[in-house]
Amino acid sequence: MIVRPYGDTTGDGMVQVSFTLPLAHDKRAEGAAVQLANKMGLDPAMLVHAKPMGEAFTFFVVYGRVNHLVDTATVQVAERDYPLLSAKEVNAAVKRRLRRRLSVVGACIGTDAHTVGIDAILNVKGVAGEKGLEYYRELAVTNMGAQVSVPDLVQAAVERRADAVLVSQVVTQRDAHLHNTRAMAAAFREALPAHRRPLLVVGGPRFDELMAAELGVDRIFGRGTTPREVASYLVHALLGEDRK
Amino acid sequence: MGKLGLDPAVVARARELAARAGQPVVELARSHTTVSVERAVLRLAGVAGADSDGIPWVNRLVDAVAADVGLSHGVAVPVFDALLREGLDDVTVLAQKAAAGAVGFRMPVKPGAARRAAGTAVRRGLRLVDRRRAERDRLIRRYGDAPRRPWIYLIVATGDIHEDIPQAQAAARAGADVIAVIRSTGQSLLDYVPEGATREGFAGTYATQENFRLMRAALDETSKQLGRYVRLTNYASGLCMPEMAVLAGMERLDMMLNDSMYGILFRDINPVRTFVDQRFSRQIHARAGIIINTGEDNYLTTADAVEAAHTVTVSQLLNEYFAHEAGLQDWQLGIGHAFEINPELPESFRLELAHALLARELFPDAPLKWMPPTKHMTGDVFRGNLLDGFFNLAGVMTGQGILLVGMMTEAVVTPWLSDRDIALQNVRYVLDGAGNLHEDFQPAPGGFIQTRAHQVLDEAVQLLADISDKSLLDAIASGTFGIMKRPPDAGRGLDGVAAHASDYFNPVTT
Repeated sequence: MIVRPYGDTTGDGMVQVSFTLPLAHDKRAEGAAVQLANKMGLDPAMLVHAKPMGEAFTFFVVYGRVNHLVDTATVQVAERDYPLLSAKEVNAAVKRRLRRRLSVVGACIGTDAHTVGIDAILNVKGVAGEKGLEYYRELAVTNMGAQVSVPDLVQAAVERRADAVLVSQVVTQRDAHLHNTRAMAAAFREALPAHRRPLLVVGGPRFDELMAAELGVDRIFGRGTTPREVASYLVHALLGEDRK
Repeated sequence: MGKLGLDPAVVARARELAARAGQPVVELARSHTTVSVERAVLRLAGVAGADSDGIPWVNRLVDAVAADVGLSHGVAVPVFDALLREGLDDVTVLAQKAAAGAVGFRMPVKPGAARRAAGTAVRRGLRLVDRRRAERDRLIRRYGDAPRRPWIYLIVATGDIHEDIPQAQAAARAGADVIAVIRSTGQSLLDYVPEGATREGFAGTYATQENFRLMRAALDETSKQLGRYVRLTNYASGLCMPEMAVLAGMERLDMMLNDSMYGILFRDINPVRTFVDQRFSRQIHARAGIIINTGEDNYLTTADAVEAAHTVTVSQLLNEYFAHEAGLQDWQLGIGHAFEINPELPESFRLELAHALLARELFPDAPLKWMPPTKHMTGDVFRGNLLDGFFNLAGVMTGQGILLVGMMTEAVVTPWLSDRDIALQNVRYVLDGAGNLHEDFQPAPGGFIQTRAHQVLDEAVQLLADISDKSLLDAIASGTFGIMKRPPDAGRGLDGVAAHASDYFNPVTT
């Protein structure tokens, strides 16, 4: 289907945008705002509001008609391969399908002292207004903190009957994050038979999300991952109907 | 008196129960010390700087003393005993020698000389804090104070102190009375205070003494230009509450976030550690003339703001009790609460007014800290701006003291220049158009607002009665606040707690 934006008449193509330019407010600045709008495809562009903010900035609101057409048939969406669930849905799924709390053990391994990632995912405080996994009633979370050795992590995972192990790696000097992840995956393979091995998840800002198989883990999460995405993934991977 | 017709006997009963619940915790705090309390003492005594790995000398020195004689005597006597024995006059030099293993520590049989030397050293630190407080009073007289209540409180958080400074100065020029520099995510879990000016942080800027100094100096300059004193806020929370309080006092910060239970509930810090650290940090704030901001808004982001309204009241009363016990005056209590009721709920605004007015009337002499909506900000910036307008209106109708400016882009981006400008326009419209509306706002006797406020207070009294029947530590352990169960023998920082020996000596608190 071919569509264009809708103001008050089908096909009118009307949109509204607002932005700031680093210019003092005067006629020239207003002209600059219209020029930007034109370059964005708004033609005609109506400058409806301009407000100085301090000496050197001006805020603009522009209404205008865009000439672009959108073809819904050619839209490409990078689909997440699992549905994003709310905390309530995660809890309900665990309760229904597992009938006990799902055990999660998290740590920063090696010499990495940056708990910022694992804490953002696990602490109740969470990140960007989203609560961490501790907040999920049906998840039993153990956060081992920083500089945890791989043997200690394996032992804690066994003791807590971990369904999933989350490892955060921020430091990447000499590829420490990759070495640590491989060592961790190998230790779990050695210590536990395949059917008792927890789901292994690593996260950190410098990982390539496509390297999971190569590093011997089940999933890699990159920069900007939220607790909810991790929780949804755990439900999908551990409790999905397709997993035996 | 009062707009809610609260029964003074019920209010008195609520305070009495809060005191009963809090007393055992105060006893605990009086009979224990922590690594951070001891490090704070050493900072007041003049230990400064860090080793080449960035580990502060106070950490190295406390660790060295603890390894030789433990923590239970306090570090002051063994440190100053060693200083006298070594014939040194600089405690930082002693810390460097101790870190190299060149000095051993002992508890002297006659501690008198070491105690006197420690007392003299920390008095110098405390006098600096006193001078800073006097300096604040002087600058407020010279430049003038914020023109009205509520004070307008704005946040900066770039991660880079040198980016924060121009942003903070711009925010002050645009009307902010208070600037808060948000800390880097996870700093609360560091068991040391980073050193120096920092240019990298995660969703915030590290709190360091040098960053405090740089920002305060920049705001002093702006205060002078604007003809009003602009206040600076940071955080006394996490594992280093006492040290943060000392550094804030030494660098003339004006407000500190300081909650009695936040670290326990939301950061899984050991309860005993938190209560001991909290008491000392508040004693320092009291001396420094710093206004604390408590963190009750956090309960409402995890629990439902209507169902959990009474837990906010309970926490406010406990925070007040602990604050008074530590020596803080009412004018220093920025008791927290928030506008977090689901806007889809019928009568949500009237419920907000009831809760906000209840806080106002329970703490008539405290500058309440009024926190904007976050939980129900969806990314719909237009609706968000409307919600913030109602938040501002509730603030002026109920006489709030410190208004944290809500951003329509909450949950979308860290505020843009234009977001802050639009948010301040919103605040200014409400303050200019309805700033004195509280004079005319009189809830109907027996009406919706009064009834709701009474109900919340009654529920709070009930919960306080339950808590004081067992103990606050048990209540925290069994998940009464938020949803977290936090037992007293677990959580971060427990290994940094020690019970006082009979010869415990702390030159700051004695």
